[in-house]
Amino acid sequence: MPTMQLDIVTAERLVSSEEVDGLVAPGVDGELGILPRHAPLLTALAPGEIRVRKNGEESFIAIGGGFMEVIGSKVTVLADTAERADEIDASRAEAALAKAQEQIDSRSSDMDLERAMASIRRSQARLKVARRRRPRRDGPPPTG
Amino acid sequence: MPSVRQIRRRIRSVQNTAKITKAMSMIAASKMRRAQEAAVSGRPYSDLMRNLLADLAAQPHSDERLHGLLTQREVNSVEIIHVTPDRGLTGGLNSNLNRAAGQFMLEQKGNADVTVVAVGKKGGRFMSRSGADVKAIFTDLGDRPTLADVTPIARIVIEDYVQEKVDAVYVSYADFVSTTVQRPVVQPLLPVTPADLPPQYSFGYIYEPDPFTVLSALLPRFVEMQLYHFILESVASEQSARMVAMRNATDNANEMADDLTLLMNKVRQETITRDLLDIVGGAAAVGA
Repeated sequence: MPTMQLDIVTAERLVSSEEVDGLVAPGVDGELGILPRHAPLLTALAPGEIRVRKNGEESFIAIGGGFMEVIGSKVTVLADTAERADEIDASRAEAALAKAQEQIDSRSSDMDLERAMASIRRSQARLKVARRRRPRRDGPPPTG
Repeated sequence: MPSVRQIRRRIRSVQNTAKITKAMSMIAASKMRRAQEAAVSGRPYSDLMRNLLADLAAQPHSDERLHGLLTQREVNSVEIIHVTPDRGLTGGLNSNLNRAAGQFMLEQKGNADVTVVAVGKKGGRFMSRSGADVKAIFTDLGDRPTLADVTPIARIVIEDYVQEKVDAVYVSYADFVSTTVQRPVVQPLLPVTPADLPPQYSFGYIYEPDPFTVLSALLPRFVEMQLYHFILESVASEQSARMVAMRNATDNANEMADDLTLLMNKVRQETITRDLLDIVGGAAAVGA
């Protein structure tokens, strides 16, 4: 089984660099599954989770949007933000989510709707990944 | 021969200088750590993004006008973004940077018109003084520049390139190699140099959602992020150069104070000897 070299970077750091068997990424038009020998692809990514499959185990990375390039056996993700499941501070993400929600609800005149919405999407992606933090070893990881 | 008092005054002044340079080197050292970390940890993103763009530029585009930032033209005018520190006391860094940029501009002369966008006071002043065609000078980016500081610079570059006012953009900056080594380099930014891809990868990408959307989001960001990274490298270089320069200055001042102390003791001893000789000679004369 061929593998792919997956590099996930943000402007601040290299988040992950590993050989993987496959991944599912949140494209702007829906989820994209990438397996080895994929055709060259360049896509914008929406905030969400990247599911990485490696040796039969899945791991999760929350990203806040970005770009993904697939070429040959190389997959490069240039993310605006990215955190592995064990790095996410769930309470902080919840607080950010609540704050953004409140901003939208209050509808103050100087509110930046787009920014608040983006913040909501990022926080939701983080929380989703955080909930998967301890995948069961004996069975498939919880979905949803 | 200076008097003991003159030398003592001199020692005090040298020691004060040493105190100041020591403080400066300590300040630079603390800023340096942060700046180096920012520069080094930003490298993977910058490198991977450059690779991605190189792959992209190697793809055949059915529509040449797909994006203004991807077109390649014959080079008749060149823009150079000259990134330098705002302040001096960085040893040879500033003059090395200016020399490298000046050298590059001399090479371009004759082939192409050169315009300059200077980032940092030192380079801005150098360029104005040397009579270059300076289009803009950005200063006071500080020790921790943010991406927002870079946006206006990127906008100028993108506009000039898309409107075909310039056919190539270069960045002159100080590449941070290590605390003691900073290399002035002039690097092409635009047009993107196509990667040398094996043929099976260069028959075109699948774009999601569509080429235009992806490229118009990606390309301006590329210019911005690359510039931002070059500026981070420059800040790391500046602080490192200043830290080393000030440490050397402190060492030199301390050495000088030691030498002066030695001289002072010698002079004092000579004075005492001479005075004694006078007394002894006087006594001998009286006793004779």
